Amino acid sequence: MSMAALKGDTAFQARSLFRSLLRQSSQFAAYNFREYAKRRTKDAFRENHDKTLGERETQELIQRGLKELQMMKRQTTVSQFFQLDRLVVEGQKTGKQTGEDGGIVRQTTE
Amino acid sequence: MAKSANVALRQVSRLSSRRLSSSSSFIRNASHFRATVANQAARRCYVSESKPDKAQVSVDTAIRADQKAFTAQTGLLPENATMPGTGMSADVMMSPTAGILKQATIMDEGIRPIYLDMQATTPTDPRVLDAMLPFFTGLYGNPHSRTHAYGWETEKATEQAREHVANLIGADPKEIIFTSGATESNNMSIKGVARFFGRSGKKKHIITTQTEHKCVLDSCRHLQEEGFEVTYLPVQNSGVVDLKELEAAIRPDTALVSIMTVNNEIGVIQPMEEIGKLCKAKKTFFHTDGAQAVGKMPISVDKWNVDLMSISAHKIYGPKGMGACYVRRRPRVRIDPIISGGGQERGLRSGTLAPALVVGFGEACRIAKEEMPYDSKRIQMLSDRLLKGLLSLEHTSQNGDPERFYPGCVNVSFAYVEGESLLMALKDIALSSGSACTSASLEPSYVLRALGNSDESAHSSIRFGIGRFTTESEIDYVLKAVKERVTFLRELSPLWELVQDGIALDSIEWSQH
Repeated sequence: MSMAALKGDTAFQARSLFRSLLRQSSQFAAYNFREYAKRRTKDAFRENHDKTLGERETQELIQRGLKELQMMKRQTTVSQFFQLDRLVVEGQKTGKQTGEDGGIVRQTTE
Repeated sequence: MAKSANVALRQVSRLSSRRLSSSSSFIRNASHFRATVANQAARRCYVSESKPDKAQVSVDTAIRADQKAFTAQTGLLPENATMPGTGMSADVMMSPTAGILKQATIMDEGIRPIYLDMQATTPTDPRVLDAMLPFFTGLYGNPHSRTHAYGWETEKATEQAREHVANLIGADPKEIIFTSGATESNNMSIKGVARFFGRSGKKKHIITTQTEHKCVLDSCRHLQEEGFEVTYLPVQNSGVVDLKELEAAIRPDTALVSIMTVNNEIGVIQPMEEIGKLCKAKKTFFHTDGAQAVGKMPISVDKWNVDLMSISAHKIYGPKGMGACYVRRRPRVRIDPIISGGGQERGLRSGTLAPALVVGFGEACRIAKEEMPYDSKRIQMLSDRLLKGLLSLEHTSQNGDPERFYPGCVNVSFAYVEGESLLMALKDIALSSGSACTSASLEPSYVLRALGNSDESAHSSIRFGIGRFTTESEIDYVLKAVKERVTFLRELSPLWELVQDGIALDSIEWSQH
């Protein structure tokens, strides 16, 4: 959805959809699904960023995004019910605590 | 009263946490301080120094006193009490050291290995699970029930799924037979065709390759006992079948040629189109095990002249326990069914379908088709990154044809390292040295030996599987871990020392005992 070309309502709709999709993506309990959802959302919007699309195509894409959003809402809930241990790659790069909100930062060895 | 105690506790925790963060510099300063004190002791001072101990609050004593007082007041052990308004336990509040250490272990809790064995199976895509869930809850009808709405709705869903599967391989929905997985499909195709056409006694010959999956090889061995002749074609060093050898092997009484599309251990892609053409010219049936290929590369059964194809759902992010067999209708391929019963699935595979699994499979196929360009681009990128990193280590080599292999399957040999011990050393990464079926035995992979690799080289090979959900940071982690541990294991090995000294291992005459 070329955001720059879109006017008013549709542009707002697209941006808001993008934000909700990203927010929902980060709710996946499993690392791989979370990263994939974030990446796929960004790439999908980027793909259509510079295209000039008609009103109808834009609406179709937005509808598809809404459908994905609903799916993600259900699946993030399901994933949170069956949480497993974290992967060895998680939370090591930034040293940020990813568990509870405490804001404690651990120094990494690198 | 309780409130003021709370405030005091918080103050202590804040104070000592600040101290802790600067503790290293503090200690350094303290020793420096002591040294100057010793120097000054000789001189006469007007103000006598107080001892460093007296200038600070002993945190440990204070905490212990606090804890004692807390227990006396509340009757609870500090670790069992939760402080109101903070969500932290009293233990954490009073002893920030313990608290931070506890948090640190939480942060670093990640102990689950990275999954890098996508050839064995893949994680179920959340979208697939989302499509399946309604069929586990409300839509429980038997898809073969024609008398009520429960049956109609599940039948409609299964037919929709069949269409998605057919679309993915360029077939007609009527040519898709749902089975329990690729193993069943392989058994059904090989035994079915052989038995049907062997009945007349004219076609008693089957051709397959040495690098096939165990289920194909075992089906063929079973048929040998029934009186069929089987040719196990050797492959070239690259893992690709030699077309001339195949042509020479086809006889007038050959019933079936079975060659897999993508190898599960080395990822080599066979020249399907050429083999299909050859089989059509020689008028034999052509079966291919497409479990590792479907959904990962563009497939057209008509272009390849494939008569039978096995497909598995759990290799394309679908549910386990589900698969399909493509059976051509025009010209019709007749097979003798292994499972007889109520005549479902054109009578080739009787038994009630599992609508949830079928729908999950269909959805997985739909997503695979839709996401194929995106996924393959990404897998190619990750694969290049991994392969480049691994091959930059010394004495490593890629198994299989480096030109024509599926990028999601990277099989690398690490010379002078034992594969199983490397797998053990890489406990934080889920890898395999070969197919999952043979991973229980310590025997070297028969696929790598068929390529002409030595036992040592086959033993030291590891397969890395990259999929849709693999991330860049995982690849980087793996590269770092492999580099470290291969070096470590080689340092242990006396052979490695000899190699470093420039002694060729073949030239050594080991003394006999």
